[in-house]
Parts: sequence; C-alpha cells; structure tokens
Amino acid sequence: MRGMQISVVKSFAESNNFALTPRGNCCIYFLASGVSAVLERQESELVQEHATSAPTLVVQDLHKSFGSLEVLKGVGLSACEGDVISLIGSSGSGKSTFLRCINLLEMPDAGEVRVNGELIRMTRNREGGQEPADRRQVENIRARLGMVFQGFNLWSHMTVLENVIAAPISVLKRSRSDAIERAESILHRVGLYERRHFYPAHISGGQQQRAAIARALAMDPQLMLFDEPTSALDPELVGEVLQVICSLAEEGRTMLLVTHEMAFARDVSSEVIFLHQGRIDEQGDPHEIFTHPESERFRQFLSNVRQ
Amino acid sequence: MDDERSLLQYLQHISENVSPVDFYLIADNLDRFLAGALVTLQLTFLALLFGGLFAVPLAVARAARTPGLNPAIWGFTYLFRGTPLLVQTYLIYYGLGQFAVVRESFLWDPILSSPWWCVLIAFTLNTTAYTTEFLRGAILSVPNGEIEAARACGMSWWTRLRLVVLPGAFRRALPAYSNEVIFTLHGSVIASVVTLQDLLGVGRWLNGRYYLAYEGYLTAMVFYMIIVFGITRLFRLAERRYLGHLRPREHDELLPMTTSP
Repeated sequence: MRGMQISVVKSFAESNNFALTPRGNCCIYFLASGVSAVLERQESELVQEHATSAPTLVVQDLHKSFGSLEVLKGVGLSACEGDVISLIGSSGSGKSTFLRCINLLEMPDAGEVRVNGELIRMTRNREGGQEPADRRQVENIRARLGMVFQGFNLWSHMTVLENVIAAPISVLKRSRSDAIERAESILHRVGLYERRHFYPAHISGGQQQRAAIARALAMDPQLMLFDEPTSALDPELVGEVLQVICSLAEEGRTMLLVTHEMAFARDVSSEVIFLHQGRIDEQGDPHEIFTHPESERFRQFLSNVRQ
Repeated sequence: MDDERSLLQYLQHISENVSPVDFYLIADNLDRFLAGALVTLQLTFLALLFGGLFAVPLAVARAARTPGLNPAIWGFTYLFRGTPLLVQTYLIYYGLGQFAVVRESFLWDPILSSPWWCVLIAFTLNTTAYTTEFLRGAILSVPNGEIEAARACGMSWWTRLRLVVLPGAFRRALPAYSNEVIFTLHGSVIASVVTLQDLLGVGRWLNGRYYLAYEGYLTAMVFYMIIVFGITRLFRLAERRYLGHLRPREHDELLPMTTSP
C-alpha cells in the first residue's frame, strides 16, 4: 500500500514535468516516518497551489464485480485539463461501469479515484467491500463532475429551466436569479432557450439530451462524463447532440466519453481507450490507433463496427 | 322581508300539500345541518392534514426499507388497513376508558374523554395507514435514473428527497389521493355513532325526533355530494397545476421543431 502511494506521487510528479511536489515530499515523509497529520495540514496551502497542475482526473487500478462477474479487472487512466478521452469497446466490456465508478454511482471494489489531486477516501465495510469514508466529500466531488446519461434522466416534473437551475441552487447555493441567468445563457448555447418552459416529456429525445447536457454544464464541472449520450436517440437526432458535445470539446473542456460513435471518437478525442473484458486493451492517439490498431481484438472490433 | 316570508310560506304549503318530503322542516333545521357539515369538514380536514404529515416520513422509511422501522410500520399499516374504522373508533373511545392509567393520565381530561378527539385520533391513524402505503408505492415508482441524476449532481440524500423523490411521488400519488380524501370523508360518518353531531349525526337526530328518514338522510346526502363535488373540483385544479408534465403536449407555435443548437 505504501509503495503504491509513493509511486502514485512519483508518477504524478513526472507526468507534470516537475520534481517531487511539496505534497509529494510531504507524503513520502509522512508515510516513511509516520509524522502526525498536522504536518500535512501545514502543507495544504502548497498543495492548493499545485492543484492546478495536478491532472483533472486520475483513476488507478479500478476493480468491480457484480456478484461473480468481474466487470473491471484493474482499469486506470489519467486526464489532464482539456483532454477528451473516449472509451470504446463492445457491450459488456465495462466502459459504462468504469465511468459510473468515477463518480461513485457504482461503488468500486478496489482502486483509487482522484479529482484534481483530491483522493476520494474509502473505508472497508463489514462485508469487505468499499464505501466512501466521507459522504460530504463524495457529494462535493460529484458536484464537480458533470454527468450525462444514456437515458437523459431529466427530472420529469420540472421544466427544462427548472432542471437546469435545481442543482446550482440546492448544491452550489447560488441565488435563484443568478442561477436562472446562467441557465438561460447555457440554454441559448445548446439551442433550447425557446423551450426552457417545456417539460421533458414534451420535447424530442435530442432536445432532452441537450437539456441534460445543459443541466450538467450549469454546475461548471471540471470534468464531464458522458455515458453513451447518443445511444438512446433516433439516428436523425444524434447529430444535434454530437454537435453540442463537439463544441464543448473545442472550448477545451475536459471530458470522458463512453460512445459507440467511432467517427466521432476519432475526430473529437485527444485519446481513445479500447476496453475489452474489463481491461484496457489498447489506448492512444485516435488517428494512430484507428489506422494502425495493434491488438487483434481491437482490429476485430473495428471491423465489426464498420460493417 | 316579505319575500322571505312568502318563500317560507310557499315551502310550508308545498311540504304540507304536495311534496312527500318536508322541505319546511329541512329549511327550519338548516343551521343544524350547516353546523354538522362543519364538524364533518373539520374532522376530515384535520385527519387528512395530520395523517398526511405522519404518512410522509413513514412512507419514506418504508420505501427506504429502514431496518427495524420498516416491519414496525408495516405492522401498523396492516393493523389499521386490516380492521374496520368503526372497530378502531370503538376501541379508542370506549376501550381506552377502561384503563385507570389512561383515565388518570394528563391526556384524559381534555382529549381522550372527548368523542371529538377520539374520533379524530382514529381517523388520523386510519388515513395515515392508507396514505403511507400508497405513498410508499409512489416513492418506489420514481424512476431510478432521476434519482441517479440527482446523486450525480452532488445532491445530498435530503436534497434528493426534497427536490426529486417527493415531488415526483406526490404527483404520481395525486390522482389516487383524491379517492383517499373522499373515503375519509365518507368514513367520517362514524363520528355520529359516538354521539357527535356531524352531518349524518344531524340526519339521525332529525329522524329520531320526527321519524322522518328522508328529511334527515337525504339532506345529509345532498350535503355530502356537494362536499365531494368541491373535493373533486379542487383535485382537478391541482392536477392541472401539478401534472402538466403528464398531459399530452398542447399545440404550440414553435412546431415544427427547431433543431439548430
């Protein structure tokens, strides 16, 4: 455990092109000599300073089983600011589960998730599984990760505008007028301003998904998670949603995207990860790996998809 | 003044000579019926108010399968839904008085010795049991995806309950709740068997005094119908206000859909 943490710190440092951060030093010192947590707290200001240079998201060695079925067998990734990472793979490969483990909608059995360098603290429960040590921390982190679902999951009894302002008011404690102002400009952006007083049931699937994207954007997320955002849409509605996601990518938002739209993944992503049976089978620059796939399975997958 | 007198004289005339129903007697006792309607409305409204307030936390605990609490609440709802309201009222009004402990307690004098309070307690417990169960069903029918979206936004359990789960559940339960309100109103006639002068109580009194069943009971019936009409009207307004998302979309000028983001 100790060794792993130290190596995490080191890889942190290396990936950011500076020698061990003050936090790194502190952590190693802390781990090696068991000095009290006071020391770490003293360093916390320095940590803040370096928080911007920490990757937006670091996931390490995630494991998850449903009963006897092992869905994730140690998956990790790291996303820096502005990265757009697409997760692809056949159904059942664990990509959605992986995404849901990041904001703990699914509780991973083992592994670490760090958002902007902040580790989501876990404890072991009586059944031997993990559970969050601090519910508040999890809620705080979820508020910083915007999630868009395959099934939209808009709150059906609220209008589009109410959907978009609900969480900023209740979670971020923004004033109602402030939230509405921001929501309206976001709705303008996704092309739903005219429909802001409609209920979700009264707009098309593509509009619902754009409303869901607006809802996630209203939280000013540091990272956006898209869980097959176009899979539930009629083919002619896919384009309008992809267009919105594409504009977010161009704006430099950090995003993690589970998708079946290969062409879209290739054009928009800075990195593509191919999952197979709960492991990363191939990853890299999209143009690289789509044109020269190394793994046999990935090649097969691509040829199946292209048929 | 003259008009009023002539109207009463006219009523008296047709009641004595034409109609089988004595309208004059009804008009003469109208104030009693109005007072009875007030008792009926008070009992129904207060029972529903307290019952609703108790039912919400009970239904939440039941839907969340809170250990320990869940079987206890189930037992309570089974007891009160599984036995007639009349029996429950008898047990509270006549039964509790048997125990010296109850008679000597501070609750006896203002509350448990009065039929009004006993009836209110029985009605409240009864409607609590029914409301708990169907509210539990409504809570469980809130789509999991909506709750998941609320979790993903960082909402706490309480916030999710307040913004997503309960508003969704209340709306789903609203049409069924109008039945519960009407049943509670109808159940409130039981007040009349423990000496209360509610609407039916006044009807019984009139029947007992003049031996005129129609005058007493028909008038009570008309009053009940008027109240039920008011209740269904209120629910229709509430459904219009809160269930807009379940209505088919009305024609709007934005069609055909604009799809440009």
